[in-house]
Amino acid sequence: MLSKQKQRIAALSTAVLAFAAMSGSALAQKKYDTGATDTEIKIGNIMPYSGPASAYGVIGKTEEAYFKKINAEGGIKGRKINFISYDDGYSPPKAVEQARKLVESDEVLLVFNPLGTPSNSAIQKYLNAKKVPQLFVATGATKWNDPKDFPWTMGWQPSYQSEARIYAKFLMKEKPDAKIAIMYQNDDFGKDYLKGLKDGLGAKASMIIAEESYETTEPTIDNHIVKLKATGADVFLSITTPKFAAQAIKKLAEIEWKPLHIVSNVSTSVGSVMKPAGFENAQGILSATYGKDGADSQWDNDPGMKKFFAFLEKYYPEGNKLDASVVYGYGVAQTMVKVLEMCGDNLTRENVMKQAASLKDFAPDTLLPGVTINTSATDFAPIEQLQMQRFKGEKWELFGDIISGELSN
Amino acid sequence: MSAVQEVVTEAPSVEAVPKRAMTLGYGASLIMLALLIMAPVFVKNFIIFQLTMLLIYALAVLALNILTGGSGQFSLGQSAFYAVGAYTSAILMEHAGMNYALTLPVAGVVCFGFGFLFGQPALRLSGVYLALATFALATAMPQLLKLGYFEHWTGGVQGLVVTKPDAPFGLPMSQDMWLYYFTLAVTIAIYIFSVNLLKSRSGRAFMAIRDNEIAASAMGIDVALYKTLAFGVSAGITGVAGGLGAITVQFVAPDGYTIAFAISLFLGMVVGGVGWLPGSIVGSAFIIFVPNIAEGISKGLSGAVFGVLLFLVIFLVPHGARQVAIVAQQLIGKLKRN
Amino acid sequence: MELFTNQILAGIATGAIYACMALAVVMIYQAIDHLNFAQGEMAMFSTFVCWQLMQWGVPYWGAFLITLVFSFAGGIAIERLLFKPLAKAPILTNVAGFIALYAIINSVAGLIWDFTIKQFPTPFGSSPFLGSQLISTHQAGMIGVTLMLLILLFIFFRFTRMGLAMRAAASLPESARLVGINTSWMIALGWGMAAAIGAIAGMLIAPVVFLEPNMMLGVLIYGFAAAVLGGLTSPLGAVVGGFLVGVFENLVGTYIPGVGNELKLPIALALIVTVLVVKPAGLFGRPIVKRV
Repeated sequence: MLSKQKQRIAALSTAVLAFAAMSGSALAQKKYDTGATDTEIKIGNIMPYSGPASAYGVIGKTEEAYFKKINAEGGIKGRKINFISYDDGYSPPKAVEQARKLVESDEVLLVFNPLGTPSNSAIQKYLNAKKVPQLFVATGATKWNDPKDFPWTMGWQPSYQSEARIYAKFLMKEKPDAKIAIMYQNDDFGKDYLKGLKDGLGAKASMIIAEESYETTEPTIDNHIVKLKATGADVFLSITTPKFAAQAIKKLAEIEWKPLHIVSNVSTSVGSVMKPAGFENAQGILSATYGKDGADSQWDNDPGMKKFFAFLEKYYPEGNKLDASVVYGYGVAQTMVKVLEMCGDNLTRENVMKQAASLKDFAPDTLLPGVTINTSATDFAPIEQLQMQRFKGEKWELFGDIISGELSN
Repeated sequence: MSAVQEVVTEAPSVEAVPKRAMTLGYGASLIMLALLIMAPVFVKNFIIFQLTMLLIYALAVLALNILTGGSGQFSLGQSAFYAVGAYTSAILMEHAGMNYALTLPVAGVVCFGFGFLFGQPALRLSGVYLALATFALATAMPQLLKLGYFEHWTGGVQGLVVTKPDAPFGLPMSQDMWLYYFTLAVTIAIYIFSVNLLKSRSGRAFMAIRDNEIAASAMGIDVALYKTLAFGVSAGITGVAGGLGAITVQFVAPDGYTIAFAISLFLGMVVGGVGWLPGSIVGSAFIIFVPNIAEGISKGLSGAVFGVLLFLVIFLVPHGARQVAIVAQQLIGKLKRN
Repeated sequence: MELFTNQILAGIATGAIYACMALAVVMIYQAIDHLNFAQGEMAMFSTFVCWQLMQWGVPYWGAFLITLVFSFAGGIAIERLLFKPLAKAPILTNVAGFIALYAIINSVAGLIWDFTIKQFPTPFGSSPFLGSQLISTHQAGMIGVTLMLLILLFIFFRFTRMGLAMRAAASLPESARLVGINTSWMIALGWGMAAAIGAIAGMLIAPVVFLEPNMMLGVLIYGFAAAVLGGLTSPLGAVVGGFLVGVFENLVGTYIPGVGNELKLPIALALIVTVLVVKPAGLFGRPIVKRV
């Protein structure tokens, strides 16, 4: 029989232990890092709303509208998303300033979908040093898939090199004696593609008989096309952004040059490229894609796209469904929400990265049927599959199988 | 379109600023200095970072003030010198492992040489033609930086990541704070140098050339030498600023040094007051913070808001912050007398 | 040899774009003795207005004329409201004003019409010109219109009282006022005309480069370069300069190995700077004699 004092001590200890056990598990249920609370999740973002790349600013606007929709539908387990997006004007020093502002002044949980390879290169070291997720970056540069050196950085869209490799595979199979002329934008986007194509062709890189680069400050690229036609090539690979892709399509028709025309995925938008360039000029152009095109009537009754159209109507009526950037913004925002849902009540940065690296066969509304998102601790490239398509009439016709452009690192 | 020559009594494209008015009085300078030294202690690291950038851009605007306000040469190409300075520092630090502080004099000297050389063909140009030539230089620079030949050193379009230095001797301050004080020291040194330069014989030569080039040459001033010297000094200071910028931002890439940046520096000079050296920091504050304010007011129309704010400033104070300072001085004078 | 002629023809085609813009640049220079950075943006905005009118159903030539009137009036309005107050301010402050105007117009255009490219029709059609595959009928039309504008401007400045008055007001404002010329309104008129010419340039350029808010940036740089090369006081020089720049740039890109392609713009600009060093007033400009 314990003395009264010992009894009290025992009771007290039991009570303390019981309390500790309970609150331990209660605490284990909810974990937060800066930027997450019971009622709010702060997400940071950096986009070029001004300057030469301002055409991509709509991505940020689409994402803002999407998060508004999620909040209207109750948020993520009751937590509202506070989406803070800043303009960097496509300038790396400004991007660094905005990233620091987001992390140190606004105290966001993570930085989501920052756009542009130079801007992302500038902030990558900082965010990794601060252990803040740099999630689903809006660039196709291949270097974001590097969990060993940069465990806090992850891409989203298929990398440029993997897309180029798919074209290389296609050409080696369908047109092994092709003479390839390439016109590429003289920046990270163009050069990354070029590398992917050359690597993909491997020993047969001699198929490339001409490479022409152009600058975005050039008003028109017509003279490059004239030069390439003179080389006698029968395949033309257009590694261009929308405006220049359209110019190229138009010029090719004007000078009556009819090679096999392949255009990069960033310039496949029916509304932003094919229509202005002229449908009659765009027949037979090839490309590869991973998402559905809002201008393509074949998806009119697709359940995923119907949700997308409904979203536009209610939350972002000035958004242009023909603009591929808007479709893109929807898909990547949906992926972000999925990851946050998977985190449950453990909203630490570490867990966010962990969940982002555990996506299995996740299919946002706007990806092609069969293309899914898969990540793992060693695979930080969420989307790696593409399907080739040919432009016929007024829309793209998918053909062939879904190809994986996986790079064997 | 006849062959008649156009006779013009050309007004100087840059208005004359009397020598005395080019700097602050002692009292104001000391207050400013105290503020700058104490500021970092009270604010977060991110604000310290912004303050460091403020000083760096102020240096670049200061350099432009010497060139345009001092010697009357219109330049829209400062971003080119800034870029050369930034890349010099970055390459020396990353490829040659040089200590960051030592890269700054090297950047300064390299840019001085570069500016001096550029000043030679610029001798025969003035006004709008010189503006175009410098504009051409600024436009050409990003493309030169992307060139395949140099890619091994410059990193091409990918740019170079730069390592940030730690405070030396294990001083108990963050990297940001140390970098701020380091930058402040450099800035003060260059400011004092510039003030003395403008007060010296060379400075008087600059201003004589600015006010009336022909008269100056008639009085025996070696116009060619001083004009190229002005370009060289201005480029050198901008190069040092560029080097500091590279270390602070920890990254260099061609996209960071476009013509838009040169135009920003030009705006900074105008807002601060052309030829008024202390105005450089006001101009620098304008180009760093006003775009942020504009963005805060309206994301979609941030450019328009910025333009409107700029118009407001130039309508209210066409001569820039110098005008405000003069008015303030007069007010203080009146108060003293009462 | 065929490549050579092809590139020259292609250069002339592109040069027509630069020549158009250069004419507007020279026009404004005649009025205010300075280069207006916002010239390109004003031209772009006018082109968008025309596009919008056509979207609303107005036929091409109707929209074209309405846009011209709108641009002319707009140019005058901008000058009266924004730059007349700055007339006494230093020139550099005025330049800052041009930059502010650029920012405003670009931003507003982006908000109203967004940044996706739009097709702009051409009244000349797009088929090969005279069977040549290098110059389309549109580009031939562009060259034709530019030459016509040039002749009209020449007649205006040389043979009309208004043109004479404008030239007088620009070069010797004091004396001009003494003979009764309202120099202030001459400047406004100059702005209006420059805006109208810019609008024509924009409407000719848009079918080739596609209409979007940032379409004029590259063109403006080349337009300045061409105007300076030809001589800022000479509309003929502007046009010739435009063609020269276009052709030279193409030849550099084609024939200089290695860097020729990547450095087209810097090399073209270097050429212009070199010409200026030799002939400071440009190829056709009147030499300027400075009085001490």
